[in-house]
Formats: sequence, C-alpha cells, structure tokens
Amino acid sequence: MIKVENLVKAFGPKVAVNGVSFGVERGEVLGFLGPNGAGKSTTMRMVTGFIPPTSGRVTVGGFDMDENPIPAKRLIGYLPENAPAYTDMTVHGFLHFTAELRGLRGEEKKKAVSRAVEMCFLESVVYQSVDTLSKGYRHRTCFAQSIIHDPEVLVLDEPTDGLDPNQKYEVRTLIREMGAKKAIIFSTHILEEVDAACTRAIIIDRGQIVANGTPQELRQRSDLAGAVMFSVQGTPAVTVNQKIQSLPTVRKSALLAGENPQVVAVRAFPQPNTRDSELEASLFELAVREHWKLTELKTEEGRLDEVFRRITLPDTKRSTKEETK
Amino acid sequence: MTTHATTLPVSAAAPHPGSLGNVLAIAKRELSGYFASPVAYIFIVIFLLLAGFFTFNVGGFFRRGEASLESFFVWHPWLYLFLVPAVGMRLWSEERRLGTIELLLTMPVTSWQAIVGKFLASWLFLAIALALTFPLVFTVGYLGSPDYGAIFCGYVGSFMLAGAYLAVSCMTSALTRNQVVSFILSVVFCLFLILAGWPPVTDMLVQWAKPWLVDFVAAFSVMPHFDSFRRGVVDSRDVIFFLSVITFSLFTTGVIIRSHRAG
Ligand SMILES: Nc1ncnc2c1ncn2[C@@H]1O[C@H](COP(=O)(O)OP(=O)(O)O)[C@@H](O)[C@H]1O
Ligand SMILES: [Mg+2]
Repeated sequence: MIKVENLVKAFGPKVAVNGVSFGVERGEVLGFLGPNGAGKSTTMRMVTGFIPPTSGRVTVGGFDMDENPIPAKRLIGYLPENAPAYTDMTVHGFLHFTAELRGLRGEEKKKAVSRAVEMCFLESVVYQSVDTLSKGYRHRTCFAQSIIHDPEVLVLDEPTDGLDPNQKYEVRTLIREMGAKKAIIFSTHILEEVDAACTRAIIIDRGQIVANGTPQELRQRSDLAGAVMFSVQGTPAVTVNQKIQSLPTVRKSALLAGENPQVVAVRAFPQPNTRDSELEASLFELAVREHWKLTELKTEEGRLDEVFRRITLPDTKRSTKEETK
Repeated sequence: MTTHATTLPVSAAAPHPGSLGNVLAIAKRELSGYFASPVAYIFIVIFLLLAGFFTFNVGGFFRRGEASLESFFVWHPWLYLFLVPAVGMRLWSEERRLGTIELLLTMPVTSWQAIVGKFLASWLFLAIALALTFPLVFTVGYLGSPDYGAIFCGYVGSFMLAGAYLAVSCMTSALTRNQVVSFILSVVFCLFLILAGWPPVTDMLVQWAKPWLVDFVAAFSVMPHFDSFRRGVVDSRDVIFFLSVITFSLFTTGVIIRSHRAG
C-alpha cells in the first residue's frame, strides 16, 4: 500500500531525511523508531503529502503522491505530531468537519462520526470545546479524526505521546487490531511499543535507516542475543566461572553481581558456530556433573533497548561528533 | 478502545464531492469559527459604531441636506484599513500556530480550495457586517428620495474594496504564525493601496520620479476605482481591477504556503 523510494529531504544545508526506502502492505504495522530529531516526523510528512521531498518518490495505493496527490490522500488517515485540532470548535463540530472533507455526507457522515467517537471513547466530551480538553482527550480527538473514514492506510506520528499508561495501552491495542486490515506506520521512541503493536520495525538515525526487521530479528542483533544466564547456589564464584570457561561451547563468560552473595550468576556467550540451545544444554550437563545447585538457566532473546542504544547515537555525543567532522 | 463491527468502505474510487463541496465545507467551518467567539460580535458592533460616527459626526450627514450615502461610503477605505486586517489576520497564521495546517493540507483537498474557502468565509462575514448598515438606507429613504441605484453601487464598491483588502490580509497572514505581525503587515500593504493614487502623494512623486513610474504606482490605487462606485457608476474596468487584486493576492498566498511546506 505504501511504497517509499530513496526519500531525501533537505532543509537548507541540513539533510533531515537521507535516502529512506521502505514498503508497508495491508496487514502490516510498521514501527518507526529513532531518537528525537532522527527524521521520523519529516518522513511522515512526506508520506502524507504535507511537504514535498527534495528527491525520491512516495506512492500510496499505487497513486504517486507528487503527481496524483488527491486520490493518494484519500486513502490515508493521518495523526500529525502533537495532535493539532481547531481550538474554536467542539469535538463534534471538528469531527463533522473532517468527515466532510473526507467526502462523507448526511447519514453516512453521522455514522462515521459516532463510530469514531465510540472507538476513541469520546462520548463524555462530544459537545465540549477542543480548547478545554485535557491533553489525552485532545489527542484522542485528533486520533478519531484520522480513522473517521476507515482509511486503508494510517500514518500516526507518536500516537501515544502524552497519554497516561492506560490510554497508551488502549491505543496500542487499537493499533494492533486495526493493523490486521490496514497498512499502518507509527512512530515512537518507546521501545516496548514495538513489541506491543508492530509486525515490523525500522530504526532511523540522523535521517537514515539503520535497521529494518521484525522485533525478533532486531533483538537478535543485540550482543546479548543467544547468551545464557546461569545461576548456582553455594559454590564459589571463581570455580564456577573457570569450569564454564573451559566448556567448548563458550566463547566468554562474565560474572554478574547479584544481591545474594550465596548465588553465583554468570552470563555465558556462545561460540559463533554454536547452535541454538546447544549452549544451554552443555551448561545444564555441567551443573549435573558437578552436582551444583542450579537456580537459573535461561537463553536470552536479546534486548531492543540494547540494539537501539548500540546503533543510534545519543544526543549528547552527536554534537561532538558533528563538530569533529 | 475496541474496533467496531461496522466498516465504512471509503476508497479512492468511491464517489466524492467535487471541489465545490470542499470549498463550502472549509468556508462553513471558517465562518462558524468567527461566530463561535465573541470577536465576531465585537467586530460588528465596532464596525457599526465607527461607520455611524464617521457618517454623522465627521461626515456631517445631516448638514449636507441631501438624501445620499456619500458621507457614509467616503470613509470606507479608511475604516476598512484597520478593520479588515483584523478579520483577515488569523486566516492562515492561526492554522500555522495551531498546526492544523498539517491536517488541512493532508486532507484530499487542494491548497487552492482551502485558500478560496477561507477567503470566501471572511468575505461573507464582512458582507454581513456591511449589510447590517441597512438602517442608513431606510433613514435616507425616509428623509428624501435618494438614488437607490447609486446606493446599491456604493454597497457593491464597498464590498469589492473589502474583498481586495481581505485578500491582502490573507496573503500577509500566510507569511507568519504571529497574528500581530500579520495585522501590521496587512495594514501597511492596504495603506499603500490607498495612498498610491492619492493626489498629495502623486503630486509629491511627480517632483522626482518619471511620469510613467508615477502612473504605474498610481495604477495600484484602489481610490479611483472605489470613487466611481461611490458616485454610482459600475464600470467593468473597476470590477476587473478589484477582482485582479483579489486573484493576485490569493495566488501569492498559495505560493507562500507552498514555499513554507517545501522548507
Ligand atoms: N521545517 C524545518 N526546517 C528546518 N529544519 C527542520 C524542519 N523540520 C524538521 N527539521 C529538522 O529535521 C530534523 C528531523 O526532525 P524530525 O523529523 O522532526 O525528527 P523526529 O520526528 O524524528 O524527532 C531535526 O533536526 C529538525 O530540526
Ligand atoms: Mg517527531
């Protein structure tokens, strides 16, 4: 449904988005991850046709955004960053207005508005002025606007920003459910949302895609992926570590500091050619052979935040790096 | 939140209202935006008070002893100088300040439809304010036998003048997200439209500018065109002048908005 090819956006000398390409099909929820200023919003603004790209191409449902913007825009529902809405209108008036711009009239329009109101739990504020809404409700009002025409493509820029934990949970659930029938892109800098709602994630940093895959695939890029956590009770740490390191399946191991001095916790990393679960099995055999009292044995999946940190540069380091360029 | 069983199949191929539908939807929203706040009512009251003050006290409506609205229309270029920018200043600067411009322009709507819709709504608002001066027409009708044709021409001219100023305000409001800046710029541009052909100014220009340049600058002036309306003459050239100012300003608005988006 969405196809983005070699998208570039330069603001004067500053290149905000630099050669981004990806595609999203119906039934997919693409998470757009990246630190602040990475170029997520700029990319979304180009996908939705708000700003023209410096170069590159966006097609939505087969319509080129540059040559044929109106049919392309008709397919999209968009929640911009910070959820803007007309403050001089009521929620009801605002949703009716957006429904009209979506080409809905009469009975159809009324149904669309009440469905959106219901889906976003806005019943209690329908006749309230947007001006007086709390941030969470304002956000949901703008969200309701984006789904009012039941679009085939949804582009959501930080849809959970400013919501409380319950609301965040609800929005994520809604995104996941709608993702079964739509093509959805949403941006976030909260990693747990990737697991909660995405079928695929892209990590973008300084305008470029640095990783693209399912959440599982991304996790495997973590150094921790495949390592085994191993804890025994009542055996000296040095002995345990030595024995583990002498195993042929272990590349290296690290003693971990724990709260209980009785318990020795070790993280063992596999040799590159070790197959899945082989390391775990050999550690289990070792514990049995040595009559150790095993309290924990678990293969790590890898952690997204670790991947994220490793492949994107923190804000603080970025400025110094750019200066030395 | 839960997904709902009913689905609305809205695809790109589905029937949709044409550009007129979009223009009307945008105009309706804009107009109801005016009346949703007290600003609209305050504006109308101030407009009527000032119009009355200039007509009766400054213009000497009764002293003239003639049944015409000369002393009413003659002040309009000056009255509108501040009041029209006050109406137009928010048109685009507010969209930019709130960020709703991003919503509006990612809807299946062209920027031209949005510009025209917003412009028409404010023009209609000014027309409503102008129409509320109707008691004056009854007054002159009661006092004597006025030339109703001339009065009608005066109203058309005043409406055209308001449209020209408004289009200029629309343009300046696209330049900035700050309404005050938008207002001041708009007043300055409108003042130019008044003064460009004003005899004291042209007389001064003639001293040190080439005649063709003076004529060129004077051609921008709204005054001669408004004056002929005021005298009860509707000349197609005057109508074309005002419509050109409006078209040009709205076109420039479109260019400004596009250049903002391009970054
Ligand atoms: N209109 C603009 N003019 C100039 N620079 C911009 C503009 N919009 C965004 N940028 C810059 O582009 C970069 C990417 O911004 P953005 O896409 O908003 O990042 P994100 O949404 O990932 O936080 C930032 O450095 C930002 O300062
Ligand atoms: Mg952003």
